[in-house]
Amino acid sequence: MSAETVETAETSATVETSSRPSTERLPMARAINAGLRRALATDDRVMLMGEDIGRLGGVFRVTDGLQAEFGTQRVVDSPLAESGILGTAIGLAMAGYRPVVEIQFDGFVFPAFDQITTQLAKLHYRSAGRLQVPVVIRIPYGGNIGAIEHHSESPEALFAHTAGLRIVTPATAADAYSMIQQSIASPDPVIFLEPKARYWDKGEVDLSGDGVDLGPDGWRSLHVARTVRTGTDLTIAAYGPTVATALAAAQVAEGEGHDVEVVDLRSVSPIDVDTLAESVGRTGRLVVVHEAPMFFGPGAEIAARVTERCFHQLEAPVLRVGGFHTPYPASSVEKEYLPSLDRILDAVDRSLAY
Amino acid sequence: MSSTETPVAPAGTTELSWPDPCEVAGTVRLVAPDGSRLPAQALELSGHGVYAAAAARTTPDQLRAMYRDMVLTRAFDREATSLQRQGELGLWPECRGQEAAQIGSAHALRPRDHVFPSYREHGVAHVRGLPLHELLHLFRGTEHGGWDPTAHGFHLYTLVIGSHTLHATGYGMGIQRDGDVGTGTDRDRAVVAYFGDGATAQGDVNEALVFAATTNAPVVFFCQNNHWAISAPTSVQTTVPLVERASGFGIPGVRVDGNDAVAVKAVTEAALERARAGGGPTFIEAVTYRMGAHTTSDDPTRYRERAEEEAWSRRDPIERLAALLRAEEHADADFFAAVEAESAELAAGVRTYCRSLTPPPAATIFDHVYASEHPLVAEESAWFAQYEASFDGAPAGGHA
Repeated sequence: MSAETVETAETSATVETSSRPSTERLPMARAINAGLRRALATDDRVMLMGEDIGRLGGVFRVTDGLQAEFGTQRVVDSPLAESGILGTAIGLAMAGYRPVVEIQFDGFVFPAFDQITTQLAKLHYRSAGRLQVPVVIRIPYGGNIGAIEHHSESPEALFAHTAGLRIVTPATAADAYSMIQQSIASPDPVIFLEPKARYWDKGEVDLSGDGVDLGPDGWRSLHVARTVRTGTDLTIAAYGPTVATALAAAQVAEGEGHDVEVVDLRSVSPIDVDTLAESVGRTGRLVVVHEAPMFFGPGAEIAARVTERCFHQLEAPVLRVGGFHTPYPASSVEKEYLPSLDRILDAVDRSLAY
Repeated sequence: MSSTETPVAPAGTTELSWPDPCEVAGTVRLVAPDGSRLPAQALELSGHGVYAAAAARTTPDQLRAMYRDMVLTRAFDREATSLQRQGELGLWPECRGQEAAQIGSAHALRPRDHVFPSYREHGVAHVRGLPLHELLHLFRGTEHGGWDPTAHGFHLYTLVIGSHTLHATGYGMGIQRDGDVGTGTDRDRAVVAYFGDGATAQGDVNEALVFAATTNAPVVFFCQNNHWAISAPTSVQTTVPLVERASGFGIPGVRVDGNDAVAVKAVTEAALERARAGGGPTFIEAVTYRMGAHTTSDDPTRYRERAEEEAWSRRDPIERLAALLRAEEHADADFFAAVEAESAELAAGVRTYCRSLTPPPAATIFDHVYASEHPLVAEESAWFAQYEASFDGAPAGGHA
């Protein structure tokens, strides 16, 4: 599957934006769209910027219809220059706006890497708190869509190493709807990673917005992990695209007599170590799953922190399932690179056998 | 380091070897290096009559104020350089020689305009009302910033070359959205981004020009071509006069004698008025010269001729304005003496202030990483406090 076929995989669900309580079954891409629409409608300072996000609605159609509704000054088709998009977003944030920028694909964020890590992440610190730059950076990330190179990467560790940024990633449509709004409400810069392989996975979403707390408790809750399956024998920590795979693995493990708990981290920076430590304190075993390369990846940080907290409760070393120390491979072999159900079960077996 | 090496000028070097680049046709110059105004008729013919007319409206008070600001800036700059040499500052980037470009352009600003400087715009900071000594925090290592960017419409210094030109453009896009452009009232605002000849090679500066042009943002791109990006001459960055770059972006470009404060003010005023009125961005190339080293860590004797520096010292911007003030009898000996006395007083105050700056408490390392609470920062901050407290009551140098 080429990038072109990705672009034509358009979703067509229509989203109501009225405030009446309504739960709909939506793909994640439409849930993000609904969240963006609500943010644009409730706060005049919110604006969207990015390549092809206006008339086209984005290559994944996540911003479909928003320019028609809110105009070209609030949903801006940017020049094709990622550093320029981020740099001008920083200036707009300093002028009081809340820019939400889209980077078209994970592999295209690097021209903006300097603006993100050197400028955006540090301005609050450098100004001794006098400047806030609440920019949200939406990045479709991860593989498993059969794309050509630079379209399937997971760069979260590169950003997590930089203080001043918050990094979150939803695994469900409902979380995508609420978390994008809470990210926009956050006074800090947020990198909002969208698991593009899950864009078309559907879930129930309460579009009334009533359940979305946009106050300080709301954006604090952005970084709270959620236990999506309880178990007693072993904990799997996953986030974004790998949560569904981890749940499927837990299901299979159950058939083999193993009771596996699954924690959806939801946030890569900060990491909710409390929830993980509580879980591992009960199960004694932890497998961390992500698509990003394992070497210096989030799993390494999680393993170190959980080991510090749960050294005496651990029955086995913390194991990781993730990408290899290779560039992201060609799509015809990407399934061997990605943390598949089988590779997760292999790690579960190794941990239990330890 | 070869700071003790004696620079050797090429045999036969004369002033003619370093022709004045501001004598090139098309460069706006209103006051010659000897302090005489260029004839109005000649300026009319070269298409610069509009600037001459604007300069004619510059009052003697304004001319004296510019002169005073230039002298104070140089005195401050000299003092900061000395402070670095004496170990009181970690680093200092001198602005000597660029006073007319900075003071002249800053005098064109209105209070509601916003400035995004690089790291050498000490003169602009001064005109914006920022007490000059506040610039020292950054270079003494007691703070990364040191001043409130909103209080004086003067952003923090940006050390990564050219990054801030995008922030300036984004800020200008914000001004547009606020409706503060083209109203014809005092509400109208604009942005100035200061950068150098080296920065024009950066991608960010080129992207800023693209964004500003296509959005018609109210931004004045003020390029101080001081001829040297550390050791690299402008020819390393460009094969055409920098001002010619502008037209490729669809932005009007103006080349001005950057050592002529009167011309710089006139050119910048016109560009700012155009931006505030909704006319969009302008690119100004102010041709000047970095008389000092890039910073106090640099050694220009390794890469440039002393004869070049001597040629430029004969085009000194402060002497030029002083000559104009004398020739037109706008200032007498008492005025010059008073400014001199004031600059000595400023330098002494700067010295005292600098030495009073002490390191902040170590625990402040953890302040302002995020605008809202963050569990990891809280955890590390708490650990650090506990670690520090473990020394309480212990003999010096030992753990409790």
